[in-house]
Amino acid sequence: MYEFNYQAPASLADATKAIAAAEDGKLLAGGMTLVPTLKQRLARPSDLIDLGRIAELKAIKVDGGTVTIGAMATHAEVGASAAVQQAIPGLSWLASNIGDPAVRHRGTLGGSISNNDPAADYPAALLALGATIYTTKRQLSAADFFVGMFETALELDEIVTAVSFPIPEKAAYQKFRNPASRYAVVGVFVAKTGGGARVAVTGAGPSVFRVPAFEAALDRSFAAASLDGLTIDAGELNSDIHASADYRAHLVAVFAKRAVAEIS
Amino acid sequence: MSAPVSMTVNGRKVTANVEPRTLLVQYLRDQLGLTGTHVGCDTSQCGACLVHVDGKSVKSCTMLVAQAEGAEILTIEGLSSGELHPMQAAFKEHHGLQCGFCTPGMVMSAVDLVKQNPAPTEHDIRDWLEGNICRCTGYHNIVKAVEAGAKAMGGSHAG
Ligand SMILES: Cc1cc2nc3c(=O)[nH]c(=O)nc-3n(C[C@H](O)[C@H](O)[C@H](O)COP(=O)(O)OP(=O)(O)OC[C@H]3O[C@@H](n4cnc5c(N)ncnc54)[C@H](O)[C@@H]3O)c2cc1C
Ligand code: FES
Ligand code: FES
Repeated sequence: MYEFNYQAPASLADATKAIAAAEDGKLLAGGMTLVPTLKQRLARPSDLIDLGRIAELKAIKVDGGTVTIGAMATHAEVGASAAVQQAIPGLSWLASNIGDPAVRHRGTLGGSISNNDPAADYPAALLALGATIYTTKRQLSAADFFVGMFETALELDEIVTAVSFPIPEKAAYQKFRNPASRYAVVGVFVAKTGGGARVAVTGAGPSVFRVPAFEAALDRSFAAASLDGLTIDAGELNSDIHASADYRAHLVAVFAKRAVAEIS
Repeated sequence: MSAPVSMTVNGRKVTANVEPRTLLVQYLRDQLGLTGTHVGCDTSQCGACLVHVDGKSVKSCTMLVAQAEGAEILTIEGLSSGELHPMQAAFKEHHGLQCGFCTPGMVMSAVDLVKQNPAPTEHDIRDWLEGNICRCTGYHNIVKAVEAGAKAMGGSHAG
């Protein structure tokens, strides 16, 4: 690791000032991606601003029609929340099945979405549920937030504070895990909402995306059989040592059906 | 530039001046001499470096010591004084180790599992140990050891 200055502000206001003042500052959440990046000397920030001491970023609330989760809530905390489990069981299952227990004890919602790994699970939930991302500067829809591979709409000194998820009628997440890391080779989040069915896919492409043809078929009839014969184009999908683009396209259809079957 | 950090390790208060880029595992091994915590992969995959931070299992190769400021750390050395902890005894009894390199991390992980889930099924154990890699045993005896260790802990051991 290269040297850096380390600061652990106790409030969001202090963190906002610290990241704005730093020459080339980087925010630190649980460090599950950032620490390995620093160890490999792939980044050389002047300052690390650790968000781990800011209690206000950890809250998990369910009120009226929304679940709101603080950016620093860990995957384990989201998975263990009875309120999340009751309101959106699919989201609870997703959080409980990220990586392994030690990763879930440190990894956070804010860190996961800000990193926007193409194989991360949370982006599928945010896009399918039509979540709103709150930052120190503005509010963004999930569709505007996730821009591309490892790329988001965040500015360099902008901090994600929370994400709010409208509670759907029902929702489920199914993923084909990479057997070593448990990241999604393909993950499909399906939600039935007042505004219609929404299907979001992670792991398959450079960044999370929706599948309008699947959504239209589910709007006609919300059943796994409605997806029979439907496929997605492999042209834009990822090919790597884990799976070819054609195989990923196949998995998207299979896992979309499984998610629908779980809740219909 | 070094800065002071303080924490409790195995019940003992410790304070040191460290560079912010120091990893928790480096601090435990190199400065405190607690070499029971191993470094296997050094890339957050294998769990050989697993310790408890404020009661939760964490990979100490992927945490800065500065992030542990004020925390309670438990390593394999602090698991019991004198006699083996019931989970350690179960690993010995059920041949849950061969070379032993993964064992401190396996035991610390298993103890955290039993704290959260006092009577885990075989499936729960295999699922929980996803982040702990063993190159020797083929896992079967580790799973048996954890089942026996959980029974011996009886859900009541402080671990
Ligand atoms: C072995 C292993 C297995 C994993 N398996 C999975 C898996 O199955 N599925 C999955 O989805 N993920 C998986 N992950 C990823 C992990 O769960 C974390 O979500 C991810 O690493 C981000 O970690 P973090 O929250 O600690 O953020 P950090 O590593 O601390 O930060 C990540 C990035 O986000 C930025 N950032 C952090 N917080 C904020 C914020 N509030 N506002 C703005 N920017 C911010 C940081 O500056 C940094 O660039 C795995 C990771 C490991 C190491
Ligand atoms: S050495 Fe930390 S996970 Fe392998
Ligand atoms: S006993 Fe050798 S690595 Fe597990």
